[in-house]
Amino acid sequence: MSATLPATGSQSVIEFSALTALISALRRRGYEVIGPVVRDGAVTLEAVEKVEDLPVGWGDEQESGHYRLKRREDNAVFGYTVGPQGWKRFLHPPEVPLLEAQRDNSSFRILKKPPAPVRYAFLGVRACELAAIRILDRVFLGDRYVEPGYKGRREAAFLIAVNCTKAGGTCFCTSMGTGPRAASGFDLALTELPGREGHRFVVEVGSEAGAAVLGEIEHRKAREEEVREAQAAVDNAAGQMRRAVDTEGIRDVLFDNFEHPRWDRVAARCLSCANCTMVCPTCFCTTVEDVTDIAGDRAERWRKWDSCFTDGFSYIHGGSVRLSVKSRYRQWLTHKFAAWVDQFGTFGCVGCGRCITWCPGRIDITEELRAMRGVEASA
Amino acid sequence: MSAIAETAAPPMPPRMITARVVSVVKETHDTFTLTVEPESPECANFSPGQFSMLYVYGVGELPISISGDPHDTGRLVYTVRSVGKATNALVNTKPGQSIGIRGPFGTSWPVDEARGNDVLIVAGGIGLAPLRPAIYRILRNRDDYVRLIVLYGARSPKDLLYRKQLSEWGRLPDTQVLSTVDYGGVNWRGYVGVVTTLFRYVRLHPGRTTALICGPEIMMRYVIRELEKRGLPDSDIHLSMERNMKCAVGFCGHCQLGPYFVCKDGPIFSYTKMRPWLDKHEL
Repeated sequence: MSATLPATGSQSVIEFSALTALISALRRRGYEVIGPVVRDGAVTLEAVEKVEDLPVGWGDEQESGHYRLKRREDNAVFGYTVGPQGWKRFLHPPEVPLLEAQRDNSSFRILKKPPAPVRYAFLGVRACELAAIRILDRVFLGDRYVEPGYKGRREAAFLIAVNCTKAGGTCFCTSMGTGPRAASGFDLALTELPGREGHRFVVEVGSEAGAAVLGEIEHRKAREEEVREAQAAVDNAAGQMRRAVDTEGIRDVLFDNFEHPRWDRVAARCLSCANCTMVCPTCFCTTVEDVTDIAGDRAERWRKWDSCFTDGFSYIHGGSVRLSVKSRYRQWLTHKFAAWVDQFGTFGCVGCGRCITWCPGRIDITEELRAMRGVEASA
Repeated sequence: MSAIAETAAPPMPPRMITARVVSVVKETHDTFTLTVEPESPECANFSPGQFSMLYVYGVGELPISISGDPHDTGRLVYTVRSVGKATNALVNTKPGQSIGIRGPFGTSWPVDEARGNDVLIVAGGIGLAPLRPAIYRILRNRDDYVRLIVLYGARSPKDLLYRKQLSEWGRLPDTQVLSTVDYGGVNWRGYVGVVTTLFRYVRLHPGRTTALICGPEIMMRYVIRELEKRGLPDSDIHLSMERNMKCAVGFCGHCQLGPYFVCKDGPIFSYTKMRPWLDKHEL
């Protein structure tokens, strides 16, 4: 173990066996470590304690409306691409208590209960997901109001990125400029080298906190050829990307094509099921629900994930603004690639491909965007 | 990325405070005016056109425009039409009871910018409520404005809000107040027809008139058509928009309207901003 801490930006190497030590080091520091696990035929995100919890030897096959886990020929830990869940599940949870109140004669008291402090360490954050977190930061921290719950979880979080060495079947991060290399915004970034010379990871240090954690586990300086090998593996993933979006001027294309006939065609296939918005790592919309105990002495108000695909989403007195499926799909796609730019200065899409994989109607966002430009879709 | 951030604040800012209901006054068969006193009096400061989120214990929270006089200190006034569970609960609160309150939120009518101009106010139904604070402010600074014109349309005489005030305002110098209803009935001696039919009784000076409009979107579109015919530039026309709203702080996503969030970019928009979006069906 080195006497001095590795510098930010430096490249080290840890062995496969050191992953458990890495998780333990984080847990000793009070982090709940969330990482990928295999559950119900998919890679999901859950609390992990050791390398055996991770999807060792598993890969996946993804296409529009298709997801299958597949055994790999090697013991790669991060040989899958993104599963259905994103990290927003932890930073912006599906259900959050907003308010607790107690009846007090004709009045009521708002109970002030600090939310339980959670310190998450995320293991296996892909480059597109780092970009998604940056987008959520802009929504919840970068505007007029700051969302204090998000702020607390976000600032406490320790991020271990993983560079993709294989593109998923529905990925298009290169188009969105978000991957496959994790460039910034992480504490540590791993590139997995499952090769013949022993299963190991090249580790890039992204912060002082990252350096301190790495300093606690068995590591050595990366050799030049190892850094080159890692780079080549990531370049390989970039070269495998089969889908693309031409983002040039796409904002105006969408805003100018409010009445494009393609909206009717996609609406005929869209079930308005909201899957795309649930799996999207940047979709942030929520609704609220009020509940009381049976005597009405205590009331709670909960915030829950919502979707612009539901009919109640746009309801105002007199009816919903967006009654048709066409208008809801248009709202979603136009928000991602047009309105988002006006609202937050970036696209609301990072190219992770989840909405394509998990659409039961096999709607492919990249195809729809091409069609909006007047280019005939291949399918 | 390491320091633990502990916060006692609820996850939906700004903090909700309680407000005591002072009075609930019946305006029409389905519309009531609530006066409340927030526990922190400084929370009662607002600009005309802004709204609050009002919470009824255990029932729900909803956006309601402030309809009182901005010069009143320590109190907030809301005119609420009872159309659903939460609005019903709100108008059925009793004096002394408490409600929850967040805000005020949103943009306001350009009342100060309109100094030196005629001000034309066009309202439909409950849409008069968010405009009343603007009227109060103009009347308090009456010398700063030339003419005040109020055109108001409602479904029927029994739906007209603030009838006593409307006739008082109508008697003031350089002030024209015209009301019309869609269905008059036998005892109605006023105008009958949609609000745009009142334009024939009004002389407008384009370039020297600021128009403030609030009502159903279809009504606002027709009013704008009249104003355009009379040569008012887009930048002198202002609208109050409505969308579903859960948070009022730009987090819930419900109030999106094209590139805007009605809660923080609105609810008051200049027509310059709204022009590309207003005629888009199911936007």
